[in-house]
Amino acid sequence: MNLIEATHLHKSYGNTHAVDDVSITVAAGEIYGLVGPDGAGKTTTLRLLCGALKPSGALRPDRDGPRIHVAGFDMLKQTEPARARIGYLAQRFALYEDLTVLENLRFFAEVRGLPDEAWRPRCLEILQFVGLADFINRRAGQLSGGMKQKLGLAAALVHRPSVLLLDEPTTGVDPVTRQDFWQLIIRLASPIPLTPIPYPIEGDRGQGIGDVGASEGKGTGGVAVLVSTPYMDEAARCRRVGFMRDGKILVEGTPETLRARLDGRIVELRGQPLPVLRDIAKADPDVEDAQMFGDRIHLRVRTDTTQAVVARLGERVPANGGQVTLLKQVEPSLEDVFISLLENGS
Amino acid sequence: MSIEVISAINLTKKFGDFVAVDHINFTIGAGEVVGYLGPNGSGKTTTIRMLLGLLRPTDGQATVLGFDVVRQPEEIKQRSGYMSQKFALYPDLTVAENLAFYGGVYGIRERAQLDGIVDLVGLRGLEKERVSALSTGWKQRLALGTAIVHRPKLLFLDEPTSGVDPTARRAFWDLIYELVGQGVTALVTTHYMDEAEYCGRVGIMRDGKLLAMDTPSSLKETALPGIAWDVRVESVALLDALAALERCLGMLRTGLAGDHLRAITSADTRVETLGGALEAAGITVATIERVEPTLEDVFLALAAKRG
Repeated sequence: MNLIEATHLHKSYGNTHAVDDVSITVAAGEIYGLVGPDGAGKTTTLRLLCGALKPSGALRPDRDGPRIHVAGFDMLKQTEPARARIGYLAQRFALYEDLTVLENLRFFAEVRGLPDEAWRPRCLEILQFVGLADFINRRAGQLSGGMKQKLGLAAALVHRPSVLLLDEPTTGVDPVTRQDFWQLIIRLASPIPLTPIPYPIEGDRGQGIGDVGASEGKGTGGVAVLVSTPYMDEAARCRRVGFMRDGKILVEGTPETLRARLDGRIVELRGQPLPVLRDIAKADPDVEDAQMFGDRIHLRVRTDTTQAVVARLGERVPANGGQVTLLKQVEPSLEDVFISLLENGS
Repeated sequence: MSIEVISAINLTKKFGDFVAVDHINFTIGAGEVVGYLGPNGSGKTTTIRMLLGLLRPTDGQATVLGFDVVRQPEEIKQRSGYMSQKFALYPDLTVAENLAFYGGVYGIRERAQLDGIVDLVGLRGLEKERVSALSTGWKQRLALGTAIVHRPKLLFLDEPTSGVDPTARRAFWDLIYELVGQGVTALVTTHYMDEAEYCGRVGIMRDGKLLAMDTPSSLKETALPGIAWDVRVESVALLDALAALERCLGMLRTGLAGDHLRAITSADTRVETLGGALEAAGITVATIERVEPTLEDVFLALAAKRG
């Protein structure tokens, strides 16, 4: 079941096409990663999907206009019910620093129209889910960066959305917290209700967070998650990844299919001194790209030239005063794919 | 043997009863790029502040560029550059004005030297742009420019490429490598494995202690206290499988990795143990594969507190 179905999204500011004919679908239980450089249009796409921005019309009258369906509701015509299905965590989100964790969450629950008797058990359940149950009386201003991020996520989940839009949610968060945060995201997208509900709610049909099947009345499946990120290790955790640049999604697929585009074309070179090795590699006619890392170099070579390049470098490096300790074909990473896409497209 | 640029011996800092940095020892040679990884509060920044002579060590000693951090902090500051993740740039001033300001701080007024910095960081043509109009990637280059305006021999970088995409990151690191090629040494604190991969050696800190310091490749090969596995099960059973693995004998840590599970186990754990634990929980296993650990696996195994 597709919970996000958007086609022909445009957003223009004068002659700048921030989003240029983007179509995107995300199914229940799917985590879709939108990756791309600064200014690619990731944030604008998320804002269009959550109804914060109105899409521009079709560029030409003979083309189809924009269409955004969220959990079956038309964002452009049934805006309120569509928005009610969405949780959105913006890159910069506002918490009330002088209010406690629970007071902050209560505020968001009331904004989302939760009835008086429902907000407290709901908030406690969500705070337990994100791991803030022990901090409900702490002022938001006293939380660490990672805890603030989790409170932001809790606020986005307070009305049990079936669609979650996350705009670079872990920028500036330390790796241990990032790992925790991703465990929560993957749990939300998992098909099984997450946590037993410790505080049953009258008239609430008893579904847990992420139990979309129950709230939508059909099938089972987790939340549909759309997350934008500049980090390739995060993209690798997504079920599908879309590479965005200049307002367009250039290519999308599972991390495996995207990596397969460069199968057999990435060679790792280690040895001494690295700058010399890089310059020799760059001079090779079949080497398209040579990227230096801390203790190795990644080469992207033309199709079917790996063996020839390995043989040549194996001779040329020692002949030019360098030393090779390792030279072999390796699995391409998403970063390799990302860089080759951006280079070839420009 | 390369020249020692930083040498720390039992370097320690206490704030009251709290030991922020706990007897750390390391040396960094000229032309090295060394990454310093650790969760918030692990002591990274306190270490840097001691090395810059901004904070007096409680115990131990350190020399930077041959100067003692306690007795000769001014000598160190004159020869070091510091770039913070929160760039200290003036948004209403232009690129050239920001560089001129920082040049003034270090007593550098020669036009040619400032011009050289503009070329070095690749901002030629943007000198008259206001900083507020620049993208994050350009701001990062300018922040680097202001940190090297006095041509320091040692550069401290604090999460220099946080929040940018891989192309901008690699362009930035090519600049750093260029500086290193000219004899500069760099110490980089970071949260990001993507960034740490650009460092020749990486140190991992937790609770004020330096747990390991080695090349990224060696850390992956030797610093993981066990074996890394990818476990694939039918998707509806993912959370059950996670619970089953958490209870499995020899499990060091396990987590969700998108559509599969990642497990780190003790070195003597066999595939049958994992398979058996899952089958006993009624879960159909697709594959269990031994995989090469990532730098993140190593980091989490060492830096995450257990329990």
